Amino acid sequence: MTETLAAYSLVAIYSAIAVYALAFIAYVLDLSKRTAVAQTAPAVAYTGTQSRSGGTAVAERTTVAAVAGTGATRYERIAFALTALGFAIHVASIVLRGIAAGRVPWANMFEFACMGTVFAVAVFLAVQLWRDVRFLGAFILGLVVLLLGLSAVNFYVPITPLPPALQSVWLVIHVLVATLATGFFAVGGGLSIVQLLQARREAGGLAKWRFLGSVPASDKLETIANRVIIVGFAFWTFTLIAGAIWAERAWGRYWGWDTKEVWTFIVWVLFAGYVHARATRGWRGTPSAWLAIIGFAAVLFNFTVVNLFFSGWHAYSGL
Amino acid sequence: MTSPSRSDRPADHVDNAGAVTNPRLGPVGWLRWGWRQLTSMRTALVLLLLMALAAIPGSLVPQRTSDPNGVIQFQQRDPETFRVLDSLGLFSTFASPWFSAIYLLLFVSLVGCIIPRTKHHLDALLARPPRTPARLQKLAAFQTAPTEADADTAIEAARVLLRKQRYRVERYGDASTGSISVSAERGYLRETGNLVFHVALVGMLLTVGVGGGFGYTGQRILVQGEPFTNVLASYDSFTPGRFFEESALEPYSLRLDAFDATYEFDLTTRAWHPSDFTASLGTRLPGGDWDSTDLKINAPVRIGGTDVYLLGNGYAPVVTVRDPDGTAIFSGPVPFLAMDANLTSRGVIKVPDGLAEQVAFSGFFYPDPLALSDGTFTSFSPYDNGESLLSLFAYTGDLGLDDGVGVNVYSLDPTTLTQIAGGDSGTPALQLNEGDVAELPGGLGTIEYEGLRRYVSIDIHHDPTPGWALLFAALVLGGLLLSLFVPRRRVWVKAVTDAGVTRLEYAGLARGEDPTLEAAVTELARQHREALGEPEPRMEP
Repeated sequence: MTETLAAYSLVAIYSAIAVYALAFIAYVLDLSKRTAVAQTAPAVAYTGTQSRSGGTAVAERTTVAAVAGTGATRYERIAFALTALGFAIHVASIVLRGIAAGRVPWANMFEFACMGTVFAVAVFLAVQLWRDVRFLGAFILGLVVLLLGLSAVNFYVPITPLPPALQSVWLVIHVLVATLATGFFAVGGGLSIVQLLQARREAGGLAKWRFLGSVPASDKLETIANRVIIVGFAFWTFTLIAGAIWAERAWGRYWGWDTKEVWTFIVWVLFAGYVHARATRGWRGTPSAWLAIIGFAAVLFNFTVVNLFFSGWHAYSGL
Repeated sequence: MTSPSRSDRPADHVDNAGAVTNPRLGPVGWLRWGWRQLTSMRTALVLLLLMALAAIPGSLVPQRTSDPNGVIQFQQRDPETFRVLDSLGLFSTFASPWFSAIYLLLFVSLVGCIIPRTKHHLDALLARPPRTPARLQKLAAFQTAPTEADADTAIEAARVLLRKQRYRVERYGDASTGSISVSAERGYLRETGNLVFHVALVGMLLTVGVGGGFGYTGQRILVQGEPFTNVLASYDSFTPGRFFEESALEPYSLRLDAFDATYEFDLTTRAWHPSDFTASLGTRLPGGDWDSTDLKINAPVRIGGTDVYLLGNGYAPVVTVRDPDGTAIFSGPVPFLAMDANLTSRGVIKVPDGLAEQVAFSGFFYPDPLALSDGTFTSFSPYDNGESLLSLFAYTGDLGLDDGVGVNVYSLDPTTLTQIAGGDSGTPALQLNEGDVAELPGGLGTIEYEGLRRYVSIDIHHDPTPGWALLFAALVLGGLLLSLFVPRRRVWVKAVTDAGVTRLEYAGLARGEDPTLEAAVTELARQHREALGEPEPRMEP
């Protein structure tokens, strides 16, 4: 029974990867076919929004408010439908694995990868309810296909019972919230990359990157990225605290500068820096976007290199 | 801010004639300048990023606090590099002068920022919402529309509406001036949360830095049936905090009554995975009776102001060495340290006195022995099925125990010893099943494998800080959520009467991140118009 369900779960993961890959291709096609669509300003114009001054910036902003979501092609609709389908299969795979294992399905490297990527897609889908950021699909789905594919090929391990060290309610909370925060940072990092490109284009560069004409202006992107990242930051803060509580229960100290703790701390400090940069003159815009990207790179580093190559107490990769 | 009067205009004021002289700073001036720089947001940000950077070496190089064995191994492997890195403090990164300098400066900067902000915030909490700006047109989400309603009625309606939306409100102006307005502000909790967050961080630093000094941590191997009493001499290793005093140890006792390990066999990987470790622990407080409790990983036992943690476990064969007359010279359980998941273990027995020569044994213990084709053994499972095997090499010579230098009881350096059994000695290794007795070569005596016990290694901690740390952590998180997600904004509704026509003006001002400001002002205008019984305002940008 366990083996059968686990096998179904693995088939589902590979299916999800395939569907995501198709979605990724469709998103890339969409971006390559997109053109800037300029429309007249809507009835309500932004007046006196802080930040950037000058007539051109204002004009651009009004253009964007109207264009967002309209410069896209039919590939985008296909891509989005595929993303939703892939997400459903992905979730089913994780649920199956959880049932097969009789425990939470996030206890080794392969399972962490499944969880982190499912949250990246979930956050990407959820943000659509609030702002249309489907142009980010190529980035998110590309990242997810890469991470999930590498993990399925290299990190797959059969289901094993939880070792005594992981038998704790804090496994459920700490790891769940950590992977959730990772999802938010992924979307925030992607938005920040587009923001950097857009800022360069607004400064007169990247003339050939036509799809940038159909995505929001850089300050708008910055606002969306900021909302996503601060949610991730709040979850990351909670991860850190929950981890400390668990460490106190399991190892007798709530903080001991274990390698994983060091990197969790570094990520936290980087995003704390990001939040402060957003409130510091001269650090808004491009510098803070770089911080968000560096922060997300540190998250990836913490998940991959630290788990695999650094020794420490968090030796739960299952490899 | 008021403009300075003529007498205190700076020298380079635009209206002043004559050469521009740079201000000269005295010592106090420089101090003030330095303080301003240190407490500026920009400096804090740079220090924050420096701290992230400075923490990286702490993950690349083993740390004395988290991985003392790694540090020793590093030193043995590469003493030259070790010397250089150690002089830079890289093996204790988080206690090093440069890391300390960064976080101390950061926290000084933080305190220098919190104090004036707290005062400013308290003033704001006591003050009325500020006077309505003369020209709302320049502000965010400005909208205007004519109204049929009386100016006074309209503003009163706006006041009630804003009050209901939990704004602090204040009316300004009166009908005679032709302009009545209500000024409203909300989201004071944003700044409160911000201050709580930063104060809690300072609290956390003090908790860890000062409180941590009163703690201690020690390790001990606890063999079945051999009680431990919580006094300094009983520990195998002990790390006191800065302010530790021996009198802080409460002399309670612990005893390992039984140890149960459960494993599951994984058919795919053909490996045993542990699923449960339970140590049945006898505990006794000073003057009390023995009590029984279970100790598990993730479930420490709290006793006498300390927490007892289960770290590792293993087998301790009971070995008796007798001289040729049959008198027991050495007898007792010897903990063997596990080398793999199936508890193939390695151990050392040292018998410095009582025999014709000093004798030592070093070898392996297999709980479930399985002979391999090359004559060596492995353990098929971690379970002892009554057939466990002890395979020992024997040595004679100076064990180095007499010259007063501390020697690790779990290791033996055979280079200066003469091997008398096993290896190239010409005599096979001693192989004993439980209950077996073997003759030592050269008529030195006998060794008996009498029985088998379990042992656990435990960690004993005393730390007065977790409660405080948890409190500050909760405040950090709570403060953070408030400061990130409560929008702080000012909103104004103004009724301007000119030549008998009254127009309503709406505008807002974000104080900090506030992506929903526009929507909020638009919605306010809609509700206000509805309350006045007027149609949706026609937007006039």
